[in-house]
Amino acid sequence: MMRLVMALWLALAGLGPVMVVTALPAHAVQPDEVLDDPALEARARELSRGLRCMVCRNESIDESNAELARDMRLLVRERLVAGDSDQEVVTFIVDRYGEYALLKPTTGGANWLLWAAGPVMLLLALGVGFSYLRGRQTAQEAGPGQLSEDEKAKLSKILED
Amino acid sequence: MIVELGHFALILAFLVACVQAVVPLIGAHQRWPGWMAMAEPAANAQFMLTAFSFGALTYAFVTSDFSVALVVQNSHSLKPMIYKISGVWGNHEGSMLLWVLILTLFGAMAAWFGGNLPPTLRARVLAVQSSVSVAFFAFIIFTSNPFIRMNVPPFDGQDLNPLLQDPGLAFHPPFLYLGYVGLSIAFSFAVAALIEGRVDAAWGRWVRPWTLLAWVNLTIGIGLGSWWAYYELGWGGFWFWDPVENASFMPWLLAAALLHSSIVVEKRESLKSWTILLAILAFGFSLIGTFIVRSGVITSVHAFANDPERGVFILMILGFFMGGALTLFAARASAMEAKGVFSLASRESALVMNNILLAVSCFVVFIGTIWPLVAEMLFDRKLSVGPPFFDMAFTPFMVVLGAILPVGAMMPWKRADLGRSFRPLIPAFILAVAVAVLAFSLQTGRSALGPVGLFLGTWLISGALVDVWSRTGRGQVGGRLSRLGRLPRADWGKAVAHGGLGVTMLGIAGLLAWQQEDIRVAQFNEPFEVAGFTLTLTDVQRVEGQNYVSTMGWVDLAREGEAIATLTPEKRFYPVAQMPTTEAAIDIGFWRDVYVVIGDPQANGGWAIRTYYKPLANWIWGGAILMALGGMLSISDRRFRVAAGAARREPAAGVPAE
Repeated sequence: MMRLVMALWLALAGLGPVMVVTALPAHAVQPDEVLDDPALEARARELSRGLRCMVCRNESIDESNAELARDMRLLVRERLVAGDSDQEVVTFIVDRYGEYALLKPTTGGANWLLWAAGPVMLLLALGVGFSYLRGRQTAQEAGPGQLSEDEKAKLSKILED
Repeated sequence: MIVELGHFALILAFLVACVQAVVPLIGAHQRWPGWMAMAEPAANAQFMLTAFSFGALTYAFVTSDFSVALVVQNSHSLKPMIYKISGVWGNHEGSMLLWVLILTLFGAMAAWFGGNLPPTLRARVLAVQSSVSVAFFAFIIFTSNPFIRMNVPPFDGQDLNPLLQDPGLAFHPPFLYLGYVGLSIAFSFAVAALIEGRVDAAWGRWVRPWTLLAWVNLTIGIGLGSWWAYYELGWGGFWFWDPVENASFMPWLLAAALLHSSIVVEKRESLKSWTILLAILAFGFSLIGTFIVRSGVITSVHAFANDPERGVFILMILGFFMGGALTLFAARASAMEAKGVFSLASRESALVMNNILLAVSCFVVFIGTIWPLVAEMLFDRKLSVGPPFFDMAFTPFMVVLGAILPVGAMMPWKRADLGRSFRPLIPAFILAVAVAVLAFSLQTGRSALGPVGLFLGTWLISGALVDVWSRTGRGQVGGRLSRLGRLPRADWGKAVAHGGLGVTMLGIAGLLAWQQEDIRVAQFNEPFEVAGFTLTLTDVQRVEGQNYVSTMGWVDLAREGEAIATLTPEKRFYPVAQMPTTEAAIDIGFWRDVYVVIGDPQANGGWAIRTYYKPLANWIWGGAILMALGGMLSISDRRFRVAAGAARREPAAGVPAE
């Protein structure tokens, strides 16, 4: 992703500006990379957005300026021109570079925890929230006895302000 | 000499903070007024000492004092003055100093404006706040001292990273820190209330302005960062789900939840323990964010393991405050009984729903952010969690939130009738559906993202208008119009902030669904078309800047033969840091941006040019500004002027009002 966030991040992490020099003066997708077939090119862009530039921080190869990202973009296009399906291209990249290259993690193995965490938590929260609300519905209005007279006067004064 | 004085002031402030963290706490426990009263001057002293210390470091940067190591690493004598100053916090050590400066500022503000708090609560709040200061002063002094001198000062500095030499940087971190650190006050109030053993409506009222203040600043800070990324990055993305961004987004979500739940505490004396928990967690996520950003743990576990000093220190701070506060919470929360009774359909329930959605969406962001770490440590899998995950897992929460918000905002307290709350919104709903259907029929075979976004945005904005209009009661239109101006500012704040959320959603939907991109080799004076605009590259020249050299292109932008603007995209090279940057040229418009980036010269003539047509781009940040404005309107509501009461009651004490 962004050199910019990386730069700020490195600067803040105290690693100093020295390490950021790796940024290369190229620009994401170059005109000479673009495929002639617009449909194929659109698929290539879509795929590149889901693949990580291996040497960057959280940057897809579609956005990255790194040489390696360019190589990976060309590779994706090569496979598409050779007639691979989207899934075959992704499999090809994962075989070569590992699972790390996928910006959208698979659901395999322990990753189901990652994908299920949100929905499960939501159900849990809804359950707790609902039972709380049910409780509130039937609760008795608590008496005002917990405040002293002085406190009540003070409170009403604040509430009037 | 001034640098040494700054160093000394920092150590003094640390000592003052140590005393302030202990003495008022004992005073409050023993009911000794003198010991409690000590908190206020101590908070002032802490703030002034830290301000002096920060001033000393700024002085070193401004005068380019290259005997200070930090200045050497992050400054250069040729750098423009504004970036010499912003360079103070453009690095780890200096930004931590800014962090404690803001922390002590909030501590001092709590002392200034806390006049009508009960003395024991006030002493405890200031003591807890000071204990946070102690931790961060120690962190700076022992692991990240900005005042270290060089044995042999070099002739000139190494320059600040060029990407950070931008007006955006000058203001982005301070706002973000005002937000992060502002949540420490809510935390201190929560812990103090737990020690005190009671939470009442007044507590909710005291906490809310502070939460609002933190949230407003977080909103501005995040908005600025996003805008900065948009124009500086070179392809106009505005949000990347980077761990660093998530670190600021998680506290924002929880602060939004907290400021809504504290309304329930204030108005209905319910949701007390949940609100306390949220206040603790919101600050906890600020600390987690600090840990993520500062420790280096997210890039690589190994980098962290090789140099763990700072990370471990922050982890200890996090462990101490979260562990302590949550233990206290477990021990005391059950004592906080809810009072209000309300039915399932009510404003209370709507706010509970708001809290569930915001808190769970924050949880999703959290899991996604730390998952690569967990997977590597526990399952030995090296994997990435990128934007596609967050888009899928997070967006549904915002869609649901946007869909129910206008109805929830219309519901009365205690007992509501869904049908009756929805009825005034029918025109708004029809309008939103019409806009979405229109967008869907006009677009050619794209995703549902755009229409759904337009529906939500229109629904939120028109819903906010209906909400504020319905507050004027019944009767003649003229009478209602005149009542509009007399509505409490909190009502306006609510409508403006909710409308702002709608504007941001419109912007995001417009940009993501209808953006157009064009990548090509442009030849001089050969016009090309992008999204109905005609662009012509007329010239490319080498331009010298103050501390960089630039390759600047001139691109004429026209529409239907009518010239609109001449854009000058640049590629800059900073020789000291040996780094290139891209400076996009943007023709900013209300309905769209045209965004031009210049690339490399091509072998057979011409230059690589990337052009983007970005509909509604500015609405994203316009909405953020509206949300912040709404928050500020709410803060300025007279009900929250807590200091006013204090000044009336004890005029002799000279407490500064407002």
